[in-house]
Amino acid sequence: MIDRMQITDILFYFLSALTLGSAIMVALARNPVHSVLWLIVTFFGISGHYILMNAQFLGIVNLIVYAGAIMVLFLFVIMLMNLNADSEPQKNKWLKLAGIVAGGCLMLVMVAALKDAETAGKEMQLYTGDIGLIKNLGKALFTDYVVPFEISSILFLSAMVGAVAIGKK
Amino acid sequence: MSVFLAIDWVFILEKLLLIVGIVSVSLVIAMYETYAERKVAAVMQDRRGPNRAGPFGIFQPLADGLKLFLKEEIIPNTSNRFLFVLGPALAMLTAMLTSAVIPWGDKIHFTLFGQDRYVSLQIADINIGILYIFGVVSAGVYGMMIGGWASNNKFSLMAALRGASQVISYELPMGLSLIALLMLTGSLKMSEIVGGQIDNLYYVVFQPLGFFIFLVCSFAECNRTPFDLPEAESELNFGYHQEYSSMKLGFYLFAEYINMFISSAVMVTLFWGGYDIPFVNDAELTKNLGMNMTALLQGLSMFLKTGIFIFFFIWVRWTIPRFRYDQLMNLGWKVLIPLALANMIITAFVSLFREHGWNF
Repeated sequence: MIDRMQITDILFYFLSALTLGSAIMVALARNPVHSVLWLIVTFFGISGHYILMNAQFLGIVNLIVYAGAIMVLFLFVIMLMNLNADSEPQKNKWLKLAGIVAGGCLMLVMVAALKDAETAGKEMQLYTGDIGLIKNLGKALFTDYVVPFEISSILFLSAMVGAVAIGKK
Repeated sequence: MSVFLAIDWVFILEKLLLIVGIVSVSLVIAMYETYAERKVAAVMQDRRGPNRAGPFGIFQPLADGLKLFLKEEIIPNTSNRFLFVLGPALAMLTAMLTSAVIPWGDKIHFTLFGQDRYVSLQIADINIGILYIFGVVSAGVYGMMIGGWASNNKFSLMAALRGASQVISYELPMGLSLIALLMLTGSLKMSEIVGGQIDNLYYVVFQPLGFFIFLVCSFAECNRTPFDLPEAESELNFGYHQEYSSMKLGFYLFAEYINMFISSAVMVTLFWGGYDIPFVNDAELTKNLGMNMTALLQGLSMFLKTGIFIFFFIWVRWTIPRFRYDQLMNLGWKVLIPLALANMIITAFVSLFREHGWNF
């Protein structure tokens, strides 16, 4: 393996370590603002993976929409709430236990579902395929998948109208 | 292990040199933007401006930089040290990253070890050039927000929130105005966008409204007057960098000037022909002068056009007063976005009609 190691493999392992490490830090960080910042690092790692798989458009849109816009709003809210490590209310011990059990159940279901899945044994296809390039993606979205695409855009529109309606109250 | 990292090392070296070159050029230009700003302000206010350090004061930016380096560095006691340092570093990083996809000239040619090599004067010609710029710009908010929050000062926090919401709001009309442009270019590659304008009409002729919206939005993205609300001294003391001192403050201010330079370069690339030399046939010129000479002239033309925009940025600063915050938001959401949408739909219809050969 090591003598065939390409630069893409190195990048893959680096990005995987970065993504997983920062995702764990999201849960472990005591300060909520630090959690959000680690989540942003996670998004950058995931975008790197998309780009490694030649899905450039998806990678950069993930950065613009999630890291650039949604996380900024998250950060807004958390910064304004002024949650500090010391002023954070201590949660009930039973609540923590319930959280661990629930999270463990979710992990069990996911592992069970993915264990026998067709893709489980496959290696990640690095730098291959061209469906992720913007031209092919656009053609696929606006010809083969035009109805689901438009329906999802209507869903977004209704969410927007709903947000404005609630905000006007 | 023999084929470990089987890559073209000369290629890496070329790119490395190009990156170092472009980054240092943008740093020097940002340095002299501060000088230009003070000189232009002086001319407009009938003063002399900086004239002590060197002839016409041209060493003034060096003196300013030295002063900032030598000042005492203060990190507030209550602030988060790591994030406090990360803020200006991020601002600087994101400001520099954008220059990677801008084409500064056509290819240059040289021979190395008897091998012909053609090097494009663009660090990375990626498929998603414009979107890359958007991604970096939207990540640029974090420098401001992290710095403002880590300062642990309510004025800094308010300024950071103002700045971030301003940048997010103005990203939308900017993106919408670009969609209209992309309908004309048919590509997101920066090199193809410039290629479509070389020896041709510039896209500003087809997209005057799109260019205007883009211009206004880039003023807002750079936090320049009339949109410099994050730094409104009269309301927020000194804005999000109030607690910063020494070179960390310098980095924030410097990042703003780099942003100004890069957004001028982006505007030139997208709407004003990029490195195309106006009124001259570039293909003819390559035949007569050779590739390298043409690339040099094209680079000069690019920097000249960018310089005109930088002057425009400075000119506006000393002409137009600051907006009020509600005016800023109204302009962004209620004027620019509908205008950009209308521009997009009209462009879509016209290009559809032209594609089908329908005439009125």
